[in-house]
Amino acid sequence: MTIHLSPHRAGRNAGIGSRSVAAILGGYGLASLAAMSLALLPGPPAEAVLWGMMASYAVMAAAVMWCFAAGSALRAWTGLLIPALPLVAWLWINVGGGA
Amino acid sequence: MKGGFRQSMAWLHTWSGLLVGWVLFAVFLTGTVSYFRAEISFWMRPELHAARVAPDAAENVLRRMHALAPSSSSWIINLPSERDPLARVFWRDPSAGGNRFRRAILDPATGEDLPARETLGGDFFYTFHYQFHHMPVLWGRWIISVCAMFMLVAILSGIVTHRRIFADFFTFRPRKGQRSWLDGHAVTAVLALPYHLMITYTGIVTLMLMTMPWGVQVAFKGDNQAFSATVFGLERPSPRSGQAAPLAPVMPMLDAASRHWGGAQPGRITVNNPGDVTSTVQVFRVDDDRLSVNRQVVSFNGVTGAMVSASGGNRPAAETRGVMVGLHRGVFGGGAMRALFFLSGLMGTVMVATGIILWAVKQRQKLGARAGAGTRLVEVLNVAAIGGLPIAMTSYLWANRLLPVEMAQRSAWEVHVFFIAWGIAAMHPLLRTHRRAWVEQLGLGAALLLLLPALNAVTTHSHLGITLPAGQWALAGLDLLALGFGAALAFAAWHVGQPVAEKRHARHPARQVNPVPAE
Repeated sequence: MTIHLSPHRAGRNAGIGSRSVAAILGGYGLASLAAMSLALLPGPPAEAVLWGMMASYAVMAAAVMWCFAAGSALRAWTGLLIPALPLVAWLWINVGGGA
Repeated sequence: MKGGFRQSMAWLHTWSGLLVGWVLFAVFLTGTVSYFRAEISFWMRPELHAARVAPDAAENVLRRMHALAPSSSSWIINLPSERDPLARVFWRDPSAGGNRFRRAILDPATGEDLPARETLGGDFFYTFHYQFHHMPVLWGRWIISVCAMFMLVAILSGIVTHRRIFADFFTFRPRKGQRSWLDGHAVTAVLALPYHLMITYTGIVTLMLMTMPWGVQVAFKGDNQAFSATVFGLERPSPRSGQAAPLAPVMPMLDAASRHWGGAQPGRITVNNPGDVTSTVQVFRVDDDRLSVNRQVVSFNGVTGAMVSASGGNRPAAETRGVMVGLHRGVFGGGAMRALFFLSGLMGTVMVATGIILWAVKQRQKLGARAGAGTRLVEVLNVAAIGGLPIAMTSYLWANRLLPVEMAQRSAWEVHVFFIAWGIAAMHPLLRTHRRAWVEQLGLGAALLLLLPALNAVTTHSHLGITLPAGQWALAGLDLLALGFGAALAFAAWHVGQPVAEKRHARHPARQVNPVPAE
């Protein structure tokens, strides 16, 4: 069961390494952003925090799968950044702006 | 992606499963037996087997608590139940080491201490399955949370990889080498798929306050206590005033709480500042009669006995979390439900085992004797985990019966026996051929399990000859399960040891089962 991410072995290994970092660190980062963003939704704060926590692992699992499904390591990273940007903006408006 | 999606998910499935497969196997197996944690703990304390549930247990136990811990700031009393007919009590004592709690097991009929051998009982397997042992608690929980996340990814990518979900309900082709391992992996995965997804996700959720605390940072400015107080209703008790006042009778409080819940039973009592004018009593509803673990508490004034407050209904998110944790623990549906969860957990254990074996078998088939150190490492780890853990767990039960009852550090030594046995089992496959290692470890595991009821008969008075006629299923069940698992391991040892499997496929060398690796 091999995956041909690049014609050269070294390039392939670098690709897998980059995807793994994207999946583990990037995936956790995106899940954390989702958890924080959901925590700021209107309603009782404790409820919002719990929804965010419980949903975050689904976000992480999806992000990890994306990182290995994407056509290239670069696309994997880009695919994490695109949903991250609006979440960061939402957090910036609600927390960063007020602080 | 041009059609490579399934292929890339197959790759992800293989590696996310293989990298942490051994940890997952251990977590699945120790977690699965933990559905019978109370029964294992009871079995491991034969001195208590004569105890019977008493209707006035709460009064008897509280009377004893006044003598045991008159000036403690809090008592926690777990009332006896059918599954566990003893009163387990804890009380805060600043002079005690560790977590500042002392504990005792009391006879529900008299309130007297029941001296029992020192053991961690089933709690050892239970805590091992989410935090290991001999390791800082947070480290263990983090490692297992990360492994559970790998598991979640492995399951999801496995579903994508695997397109014949329904057909595989009926597909098992035995004695076909790699094919059989693949079928075995798929059939255990598919039959209990909802369980596997549920147990993995809810397992991660049980530790989410540790692994995903960032929402509390932004919504509560990092004030964990404020968050916990809102979600779990944890109130900090007031300090003792020093002005003495007797504790009101507790039976009327239990009745009032039970009426409040529409007849449900109380399972636990906590008393804060007993014997002081500030004393309060909280009565907790038993948690095995409903899905959510969120506690339902009725609080009373400890001096007047008047009801002060009752925890209300939970909001949706808190209730969702409670249901998730309740699903994970599987205590809600009685014995039949627990048995079903136990079977599903076993299927998960076999799914992980067949998955990591399948990888090694495939490598051997592909590379034969050219397979490198990586394949050999996986093979050794497979035997150490799949063959070794049952040996270690059963050795723990043997130690419980064989170590002297009065031995110092007894419960620690039971655990030492577990790790020593596992350590030897981990070294053993390095010195043997792969096939010999399997046969010997499966055979030893089978022997230890099959002989456990005999050992129990020699060392205690609650063996099958007594527990079966008396209908003590909680005790007989463990002996019977040991016989069942022993028979299964014996069959596996016999099966692996058969040279026939190789000869049958001799005409198709590419399909050889388990070829013996080059030394």
